[in-house]
Amino acid sequence: MAGTLQFDLVSPERRLASVAASEVQIPGADGDLTAMEGHSPTITTLRPGILRAVSAEGTKAYVVTGGFAEISATGVSVLAERAVPLDELTPVTLDALVADACEAAAVNSDKDAADKAVADLTAMRVAAGL
Amino acid sequence: MPSLKDLKNRIGSVKNTRKITKAMQMVAAAKLRRAQEAAEAARPYAERMNAVMSSLAAGVGKAENAPKLLAGNGRDQVHLLVVMTAERGLCGGFNSTIVRLARQRISELLAQGKTVKILTVGKKGREQLKRDYTANFVGHVDLSDVKRVGYVNAQNIAREVLAAFEAGECDVVTIFYNRFQSVISQIPTALQVIPAMFEGGAANALYDYEPSEEAILADLLPRGVATQIFTALLENGASEQGARMSAMDNATRNAGDMINRLTIQYNRSRQAAITKELIEIISGAEAL
Repeated sequence: MAGTLQFDLVSPERRLASVAASEVQIPGADGDLTAMEGHSPTITTLRPGILRAVSAEGTKAYVVTGGFAEISATGVSVLAERAVPLDELTPVTLDALVADACEAAAVNSDKDAADKAVADLTAMRVAAGL
Repeated sequence: MPSLKDLKNRIGSVKNTRKITKAMQMVAAAKLRRAQEAAEAARPYAERMNAVMSSLAAGVGKAENAPKLLAGNGRDQVHLLVVMTAERGLCGGFNSTIVRLARQRISELLAQGKTVKILTVGKKGREQLKRDYTANFVGHVDLSDVKRVGYVNAQNIAREVLAAFEAGECDVVTIFYNRFQSVISQIPTALQVIPAMFEGGAANALYDYEPSEEAILADLLPRGVATQIFTALLENGASEQGARMSAMDNATRNAGDMINRLTIQYNRSRQAAITKELIEIISGAEAL
């Protein structure tokens, strides 16, 4: 097994995770990417999606909406606007997220981006199996 | 000279007051701990956000097409002041210090011939500023129903501020809040959020940006405003409880002193009354 990298997931309100992970799958704005030890330093924005961190304790999945990830050779910090562990995700919270996105889409001047966010969330619902 | 009964009533009422202030102090202490924890929990996000933004800003900020949120829109005529205060009083000078700082800034700006707009968060600030600057008010955010300040509240305020900025209704946005130093000291602070100001800002590591640097910055800046507002709200919350705690501690101690003084006065009066009666009896007996 390859070396590990420090994975931090923080939302504005709390720190959700801080573990040594072997790989982190990130839903980047331009497509998914997986960060492992020795990844070249990258900063990417996030689209709403599922973030997975593989560590010695197993794989943990989180639902994130918006924010950005800072990847360096030794660590990944994900700053998510909102993050919920996948096990805690219920159809109700997901509905609330979709409703928020729809609301944002209604007022947002950048129609494409907002519509994309809604579509991403809908796709996520399928992926999460809810 | 108040009668004995009056004094007794006074002592009783001061004792009740002391009970209330003591209880408020304890409640504030419990709330302060929670508020501090919330502020602590929010710190990693704010710090990273700031670090990334300042390194981005250092790279992009000087470019001519830099985002308006960073570079400003080239004017500084209309100032929007976001004044954050508490929803409740009985917290010492907490609200007054913020309002005083804001007032000072307002008169400075007005003297320079600028237009000032005021957005208040928290009832107390609105009450105090409304007296002098009714015409400058553009809005008020009511947080009295909010038990625990969440990121959502900050986002709502940020949205309002950003909308005003984008519509060209204001050129510079400054937030006023109390920075939490310790239980006995809170520092009233004015922080300019638009155009954004960053401390340091040395581009440290070389990063790949996905999508482009500009796109990330454009995406992050509005979030940065929300984060700054959120941090300010949390600091303010902790400061409020800290201020209330020390104010109530003082009040409790004052009430204690007052009770002691009144008790002494009460005992003296009682003694005087007894002595007077004795003298009357004795002199009555002697006269016979």
